[in-house]
Amino acid sequence: MAVVLLPRSLLALFPGAERRHEIDGTTVEEVLVLLDARVPGIRDRLVESGPRLRPHINVYVDGERGDLVTEVGPTTTVHVIPAVSGG
Amino acid sequence: MTTRTLLLVGTKKGAFILESDATRRDWSVRGPLCEGWPTHDLIVEPTSGAILAAAGSPWFGPAVWRSDDLGTTWSHSSAGLTYGDDGPAIKTVWSLAATPDGTLLAGVEPAGLFRSTDGGATWAHVEGLTNHPTRPTWGPGAGGLILHTIVPHPTDPMRTWVGISAVGVFETRDGGVSWEPRNVGVRAGFLPDPHPITGQCVHKFAMAAGEPDTLYQQNHCGVYRSDDGGATWIELTDNGLPSEFSFPLVTHPRDPDTAWVIPLNGADQGRYVPDGRPAVWRTHDRGATWIRADEGLPAEHAYLTILREAMARDTLDPVGVTFGTETGQLWHSADEGRSWGLVTDALPEIWAVESVVLDG
Repeated sequence: MAVVLLPRSLLALFPGAERRHEIDGTTVEEVLVLLDARVPGIRDRLVESGPRLRPHINVYVDGERGDLVTEVGPTTTVHVIPAVSGG
Repeated sequence: MTTRTLLLVGTKKGAFILESDATRRDWSVRGPLCEGWPTHDLIVEPTSGAILAAAGSPWFGPAVWRSDDLGTTWSHSSAGLTYGDDGPAIKTVWSLAATPDGTLLAGVEPAGLFRSTDGGATWAHVEGLTNHPTRPTWGPGAGGLILHTIVPHPTDPMRTWVGISAVGVFETRDGGVSWEPRNVGVRAGFLPDPHPITGQCVHKFAMAAGEPDTLYQQNHCGVYRSDDGGATWIELTDNGLPSEFSFPLVTHPRDPDTAWVIPLNGADQGRYVPDGRPAVWRTHDRGATWIRADEGLPAEHAYLTILREAMARDTLDPVGVTFGTETGQLWHSADEGRSWGLVTDALPEIWAVESVVLDG
């Protein structure tokens, strides 16, 4: 199962949610749908209409920038990282 | 009976709640709330007493936040806040209101209206407004293409008015199925045709107490009143106001003839109070004359800007009026806007103020 690591600022929106999740899924989109079943509402915080990742949300799949269609394997690590932006 | 007065304050960096008693002299401050999300509007849901916040995060998108314990704990949802996968992404929630049947309405950017019948847990697009024939001509103001004002009829859930910048006022009389522009008599001085059907830059409008067909409007181009539910508007600017340009407008909770505005110097002159001398102007005669009040406010060199949602009034007697500035000061008057005192002076950029009175 893929390992998904979530950022602190996202966890703050879902009290009790774990930072680390092990999830079956073949793409980032599928992983986020399955994650949403565990943490209802979390997909909406990461994905906008399109569907596409929100402009200031980055997903790294085994260290490489990915998007919703990036493939995910059983040993993949997925990092969700808010972009360095704001003011 | 103990009276608690709350000021719900939306800022660029989260919501804040200030609390006092009926005297409204000393205020405690809680915040930042809503995880520091930029917050454009706050209301209290009449049916439950819950606080609802309209917000949008640069990272995590739009959401309506809800607290059922006066701001101690919060949840959030944007379920259904979408124009669909083929439509534009929604950046933020700009405005909230409740209709008399308990339905919640949310205005968003880019401009559109959503409704919730479950306290904000899920939302549905009010397609009739988005499908209006003028929609292809809608253009943004400096703050974006935003639906920033929602004024429900106090007793008829089928009637609601909304304000969109820079598009104008619309009214529905059938619960959102169809909408009509309500901009006759309102100038759009920045367009080649200053009297289009839509294209007016409404900044804020509010209903007169006990007179649902009386509306007051602060526009980019003047202050107006309508006595026929927005069908036609009469300009009030030249009745003594120092400027046509401002953002907020608030009406009295019991007197339909009284309203407050805070004129700024002009759209292209800095958008701060004239000459750096803040003053709140009020009318007691439906805009026929205006009274300037600056007691307690800085006498000079205070180049304050007050944004469209950043003024509110409570329901006590005398009425308390509050405004917040783009530079984080919160000013309060406990005597209907005659004299003013500083509540706090270092909040983030203030975008919204709402007054709440709790008895019990």
